Amino acid sequence: MKRTGTILAVVALLACVPLVTSSNVVLNFLVVVLLIALVGQGWNVLGGYGGQYSFGHAAFFGTAAYTTGILQLHYGVNAWAGLIIGIAAGAAVGAITGALSFRSGLRGSYFALVTLAFAEVLRIIASVTPITGAGVGTLIKLDLRPEAFQFQSRAPFYWIILGFVAVSLLIAQRLEASRFGAYLVAVRENEDAAKAAGIDVFRVKLGAMTLSAAITAAGGCFYAQYFLFLDAGIAYGPWISVEALLAPVIGGIGTVFGPLLGALVVKLLGEATKLVTGDVPGLDLVIYGCVLILVVAFAPRGIAGLMKRHA
Amino acid sequence: MSRLNRRRFLTTTALGAAALAAPAVLRAQGAPVKVGILQPTSGAMSYSGQQGRIGAQFALDEINAAGIKSLGGAKIEPVFGDAQSTPEGGNAEVEKMNGAGCAAVVGGYVSSICLAASQTAARYDLPYIVDVGVADSIVTRGLKNTFRLGPGFGVLAKTAIENLITLNDAAGKIAKTVMIIHEDSAFGSGLAKLLNTQLPEKGFQVIETIPHPTPTRDFNNVVTKIRAQNPDLVIPANYYNEYVLLARTMQQQKVRPKAIYSILGGAASSYKFVKEFPEAAAYIMDCNHWFDPKNPKALDLKKKVEAKGEFFTYEVYMNYSAVLLLADALERAASADRAKIIAALESSTFAGHVMPYGPTKFVNGQNQGAAPVNTQVLGNDIQVIFPAKFASAKPVFPMPA
Amino acid sequence: MLSPVILVPAILNGLLTGAVYALVALGLTLIYGVLHIINFAHGALLTVAMFAAFFAYKLLGLDPYLAAIGLTPLFFCLGYALQRFVIGPAAHGEDRNILLITLGLAVVIENALLYAFRADTRTVNLPYGFSVIEVGPAFLSVPRVIGFCVVIAVALALFLLMRFTDTGKAIRAVAREKLGAELSGIDVAHIYAVTFGLGTACLAIAACLLLPTYYVNPHAGNAFVLIAFTIVVLGGMGSVAGALVGGLIIGVVESLSGLYLGESLGQIGIFVIFILVLLFRPTGLFGERA
Repeated sequence: MKRTGTILAVVALLACVPLVTSSNVVLNFLVVVLLIALVGQGWNVLGGYGGQYSFGHAAFFGTAAYTTGILQLHYGVNAWAGLIIGIAAGAAVGAITGALSFRSGLRGSYFALVTLAFAEVLRIIASVTPITGAGVGTLIKLDLRPEAFQFQSRAPFYWIILGFVAVSLLIAQRLEASRFGAYLVAVRENEDAAKAAGIDVFRVKLGAMTLSAAITAAGGCFYAQYFLFLDAGIAYGPWISVEALLAPVIGGIGTVFGPLLGALVVKLLGEATKLVTGDVPGLDLVIYGCVLILVVAFAPRGIAGLMKRHA
Repeated sequence: MSRLNRRRFLTTTALGAAALAAPAVLRAQGAPVKVGILQPTSGAMSYSGQQGRIGAQFALDEINAAGIKSLGGAKIEPVFGDAQSTPEGGNAEVEKMNGAGCAAVVGGYVSSICLAASQTAARYDLPYIVDVGVADSIVTRGLKNTFRLGPGFGVLAKTAIENLITLNDAAGKIAKTVMIIHEDSAFGSGLAKLLNTQLPEKGFQVIETIPHPTPTRDFNNVVTKIRAQNPDLVIPANYYNEYVLLARTMQQQKVRPKAIYSILGGAASSYKFVKEFPEAAAYIMDCNHWFDPKNPKALDLKKKVEAKGEFFTYEVYMNYSAVLLLADALERAASADRAKIIAALESSTFAGHVMPYGPTKFVNGQNQGAAPVNTQVLGNDIQVIFPAKFASAKPVFPMPA
Repeated sequence: MLSPVILVPAILNGLLTGAVYALVALGLTLIYGVLHIINFAHGALLTVAMFAAFFAYKLLGLDPYLAAIGLTPLFFCLGYALQRFVIGPAAHGEDRNILLITLGLAVVIENALLYAFRADTRTVNLPYGFSVIEVGPAFLSVPRVIGFCVVIAVALALFLLMRFTDTGKAIRAVAREKLGAELSGIDVAHIYAVTFGLGTACLAIAACLLLPTYYVNPHAGNAFVLIAFTIVVLGGMGSVAGALVGGLIIGVVESLSGLYLGESLGQIGIFVIFILVLLFRPTGLFGERA
């Protein structure tokens, strides 16, 4: 399939980056970009293809991160096993919150707000329960061995997150070509018509949410391994929910490459504004916000939309 | 040797010779030493980040007047980084500082940022000096590159309790019951946990421990609870804004325990708080970071900082001291080589800082002499009440009604 | 904990705090109810209002309650202009874009304040700032009691405005059926801007009410945003009465759950209510059936 070829080509190109540069600044930057792209692709499945905007993807990210962190720290579970279990835990949270929300028929802003509330509830609980270390947080032990999913050099981390992103791109592409994906888009375009046409709207939305949560959860587990420290604000804070939605919306909502493009653009913008303004606190973010507004004003369908229009 | 190999051999040798000669060349020229100054200058902790940078800048100005002598008068060139009050932000900045060729990094402020940043720095054997971050875990990870000049909350809790006992015994053991009000992230929770273990061991009864988020919009219920349970002591441990709100609410509801004995109280030893709310601040005690009041250099710095219209907060003098510590290490290492700096820090006996710690001695990265000081707001000024050798006033305990 | 000595003050405090929350939520519910946008910039705008109130006191010596008289129309105009000339045109009418724009605005405003005024926390020490009224076992702060009364008055005024004035009717028409309203000759862009202006004006009043007992820094407004959203949902999006009643209820809930669960975990009370209302009665207490 032509699309798969494009995906593999892009991934192969990106994979060469550690071979041409040994700059850790660049590698670290790209790792963060890819992490956001992954989390954003998760959001994109539900929000872009499914039209259900979530403001609480932190719930899945944080659950996965804490799961793998706690399992490693308190139960001596292997980090790779923690990854699998973390993804499952994040997906489970997605399924549960999805079931509750969709069962109640929540849509649009109501749905967005309830996801926000779920993430906040988890954040508050995590900030007081002993198992997460409460306020002190969870510090994963430094253990630089591949078996412990930790590496001395940035490059293996880069390739792993790139691998995750590649899988997420393929999932998005499969989604576009599959019947499930068609149902999902139908629900997005007109939920009532879809229901009238015989689609089990609840199951479709729930499936999308679970998949979305699983992809974002993978990002959470990766974050835990890369930064080795979690607290309630990091795991469940609004920052990750915002990053998760910003990337796909800027890059092109409901497209395969949207989240990746968006993550790159958003992060590059952040760095560029810092470079331009030097060390004056706040000024770089002022410019960042202004550019954001301008991008939305002049490229409402996102970067991918811009590209399509001029293609 | 084939022609190809010989050429490569010659080139490599030439380059190698140049590389060996380079440090000598640099030294002779006194090329500036880059040092990363990492602070959360935007985001929720921006005030502390801003103050930290001010302290670092004062130190830099002082050092750069003459430069590092053993490096030919080389100046320290700061590479400022904004951690944006998040660990990822701190991380990214450390990567940049490493990429820019910094010899060391100073700062962090928030424990979670210090944890992430020092760990990243460890990958490159980049020396990292923590300015404030009090989580004990910062220095117990076995990272050779991480050094902390000030105390961790283990020492803080221990000293605070010791001084409390001294205070209480001298007054005839009038205090027995305690309520702890703490912020619910790393330092508050860590401290509260230690207090809950150690206070009962020393004969105090903790009636209630109340965690609260940062930010907290209102303390009226907390204060109602304090009034209802009437503890002898209230122990707050939180950040500036919440501390001020709590103290103001207590004043408003006319709640006066025998003492407000803060430990890392966000505003309890803050000139800004004392100036803006003298009534609410009166008689409040704190066990916190403080400068050495008998050190003329410290007093001189205080004057200079206040002349600039800034408040002399702990972030200022702790960063000032941390940067001076680094300069001393550079001086003794006579090199900008990271491993040499780490070695110099490890063996450091630096006494040119303005903290009441004595000469530095690092074990596993923690300065052994680091300890907090007890202060009390008396006569609209902040006086030191413990330890005796730094004391400028006698404690007033209990608080007058 | 059930002792009235603690319970009564807790409930009364909850009502007083809830009143201010209600005022913040009033602005948000109007904006949501009419423009159907989730205004991410609400917290940042509150912060701007707080700075304005602070400087009115520091530079002009204006008591916050007096400053409110001048700041309210000023902020109405600010909100009007913001919607008419920035948000409206940039959004091209797409909801998703408005979301991003208000998000961008929030970042710009907060950091512009940081850049202009630095991060220092600013407070005012007013002579009546520490006065209390004793009501039974409770010590009620005078500024907060004044605040409570003002909020009730504002809510009443807004309610009357919506019910009996032409503008109010136009707003309600646009909220209910935009196309129809447009066809009947209502200038929708103008009404949108008026609504946003009203919402921002509410923030100006809220800021003046908060200043005597709270503090100001570039992040101060953020603390009120999520709670305001909860109240909007609880009360019913677009309902003035809902915002008031919802605010008072949430204030009391926050107070009591803080009492029983501790201030940190107690915050969960707010969001549990939020979730329960959304799952079981999404239109809220006074909302119109969607």
